[in-house]
Amino acid sequence: MFRYITKINPSIPKCLQGINKIVSPKNERSLSTESRFNIKEDFDGRPLYLDAQATTPLDPRVLDTMLPYLTSYYGNPHSRTHAYGWESEAAVEKGREQIANLIGADPKEIIFTSGATESNNIAVKGVGRFYGAKKKHVITTQTEHKCVLDSCRALEGEGYRITYLPVQTNGVVCLEELEKAITPETSLVSIMAVNNEIGVKQPISDIGALCKKHKVFFHTDAAQAVGKIPLNVNEMNIDLMSISGHKLYGPKGVGAIYIRRRPRVRVEAIQSGGGQERGIRSGTVPTPLAVGMGAACEIADRDMKYDHQWVEKLSKRLIENITSKVTHVIRNGDPIETYPGCVNLSFAYVEGESLLMALKDIALSSGSACTSASLEPSYVLRAIGTDEDLAHSSIRFGLGRFTTIEEVDYTSKKCVQHVTRLREMSPLWEMVQEGVDIKTIQWSQH
Amino acid sequence: MSTTSKVQVINLYRSLIRESKKIPAYNFRNYAVRKIRDTFKENKGLTDPNRISQQIAEAQKNLEVIKRQALIGQMYSTDKLVIETIRTNKR
Repeated sequence: MFRYITKINPSIPKCLQGINKIVSPKNERSLSTESRFNIKEDFDGRPLYLDAQATTPLDPRVLDTMLPYLTSYYGNPHSRTHAYGWESEAAVEKGREQIANLIGADPKEIIFTSGATESNNIAVKGVGRFYGAKKKHVITTQTEHKCVLDSCRALEGEGYRITYLPVQTNGVVCLEELEKAITPETSLVSIMAVNNEIGVKQPISDIGALCKKHKVFFHTDAAQAVGKIPLNVNEMNIDLMSISGHKLYGPKGVGAIYIRRRPRVRVEAIQSGGGQERGIRSGTVPTPLAVGMGAACEIADRDMKYDHQWVEKLSKRLIENITSKVTHVIRNGDPIETYPGCVNLSFAYVEGESLLMALKDIALSSGSACTSASLEPSYVLRAIGTDEDLAHSSIRFGLGRFTTIEEVDYTSKKCVQHVTRLREMSPLWEMVQEGVDIKTIQWSQH
Repeated sequence: MSTTSKVQVINLYRSLIRESKKIPAYNFRNYAVRKIRDTFKENKGLTDPNRISQQIAEAQKNLEVIKRQALIGQMYSTDKLVIETIRTNKR
């Protein structure tokens, strides 16, 4: 933030006073007495994990069901000639059934993949290309995950027309806009169930009904939603759904795609090979991962209410702890139509990166893990109309099954301390305190 | 509930909590203790003997899982979390 202040508009002398105040001895004293902690202080132990949207820890119960298939039962599930193959096949089929049960599908409609990215690729490119001779139009939203957007870009390169629907400022897609975008040319609508950065839940049932009415296939990327909120492919008219193993306390490297059989949705396979998984995803199904994902789905199915209540409690506590002690905190995304385990907050007048560096004893992220290497503000926040400065100051708190109250309290305490400290150093914050509207300042070009 | 099964349930609860406390990972340990307490509380009012024996059988299976996973956790343990070290330093 500081580097933007190269030249300050002379019509506002107040802001200069503000900068002077920072170096005044009075201010220094208040810094050292009010908050007796050192930014450089080394911490003892491992950081807390509050990044449940990036990945979740493997549930020990899941590991327990996987271990026999990593040690004793190593057969190829596609081997038909011996017992090693049969026992692996039975285990894979059990996993498939457990996944199907969680989303109200038939086991035959579940295809194992390497993760939600592959599932999204199969859905978008697979459906797009299969029906491409007659229908060359796909609809998606601007807040989708990178892999959906990138698959759409690939289709665009092949001559398809893609509509990237804007979302409202609360992050929810407008159903009327969606209906207007559907044409007879449209083959697929792809809209995610729960956003990975802001946690916003889309009206999946309504979108499903709309797509059914217009006879368009509906794909939803439910990587962040499966096992966390109730989903039923038949009640919600979902034709294709992407699921990820490691977002629901299962193993990494496995995912699944649900593809409706009645009425049949056909996809063009991306990977060529031995024709496993009904030819849609060739390659040996990894038995231990499939078993683990199945076990994770069964636990999620049984404990969904219990886990949701817990996460909701933690989420409320975190927001309450922070907003009661610091002002100018904005929650990104709709506060009601949201999954409570994803809390995306913007701390005005604080740079997100600085805050993340200060909170190095807590594993947090400013947004998606895929884009966390870049300093660019998140495209999801830009799509919901967040101002550039607020988009730069956002932090995502990911809460899950294994997060504790103690961790939430520690995180909010640290967060409040550092936000206060960083603001005390910020000339912008001084100006705001003096009643200067930052937006009226004309910054010089740089 | 007959007296024998009451004793059995109490013993089961105690061993579940005792074994859970041996899990080295902070988050898994806390979850296990919380989940066991809440589940027993939730099932406190069960009267159907079939349901009770079903729950007991599941708890016994979970006890074995906890024992095994505590062992694995001890084999591949990590440093303690920052909040655990703060707590021990204070003491």
